[in-house]
Amino acid sequence: MALTKADMAERLFDELGLNKREAKELVELFFEEVREALEDTYNVKLSGFGNFTLRDKTQRPGRNPKTGQEIPICARRVVTFRPGQKLKQRVEAYAGSQQ
Amino acid sequence: MTTIVLYGEIPMSGEVVSRSMMKSELIELMARKQNHLAYKDVELAVKSLLEQMSEALATGDRIEIRGFGSFSLHFRPPRAGRNPKTGDAVSLPGKYVPHFKPGKELRERVNETLKNT
Repeated sequence: MALTKADMAERLFDELGLNKREAKELVELFFEEVREALEDTYNVKLSGFGNFTLRDKTQRPGRNPKTGQEIPICARRVVTFRPGQKLKQRVEAYAGSQQ
Repeated sequence: MTTIVLYGEIPMSGEVVSRSMMKSELIELMARKQNHLAYKDVELAVKSLLEQMSEALATGDRIEIRGFGSFSLHFRPPRAGRNPKTGDAVSLPGKYVPHFKPGKELRERVNETLKNT
């Protein structure tokens, strides 16, 4: 099962006593502020969770997998996520419990 | 945004900027836009959101946020490693690591900034 914005808003409602509209708005705003910061060329560092970092990729040769035709892949700016130590450890603990 | 945080750390190759928005600044910005809510409530909400996301991944669940991206776990198979101090061979067990795939809107908005530079 996947965690969604609706689930997150529901929990803000349960845990913090915000009303449903406020909870929904805050969840929306949270992701929008992170997007805006990245759009304004800021990396975003959320301690305990991880860092969203901007990277520039140079143009490289590519191919249309269907036709085999060569087409260059243009230079792009991308977002990468590096999980923080705490998150990595928590996730590894899950892996341990599966073995 | 008024606060610019310049980090002393060396940027990794391909990294575009060395300025960052930290969690406290994110909370600040959100609180300014939601001025009917107390700062403390916004702070608690952000902490809850990050905790919910960590918890989901820690229990093997995915996170799906349309327009932002999805988080899932990738499996790293067991491998042979070495103790860097003694040089002894050790077998490293397989493990899961968090993975983020940016959504279409985020990809497009971020890539758009490249054209404006």
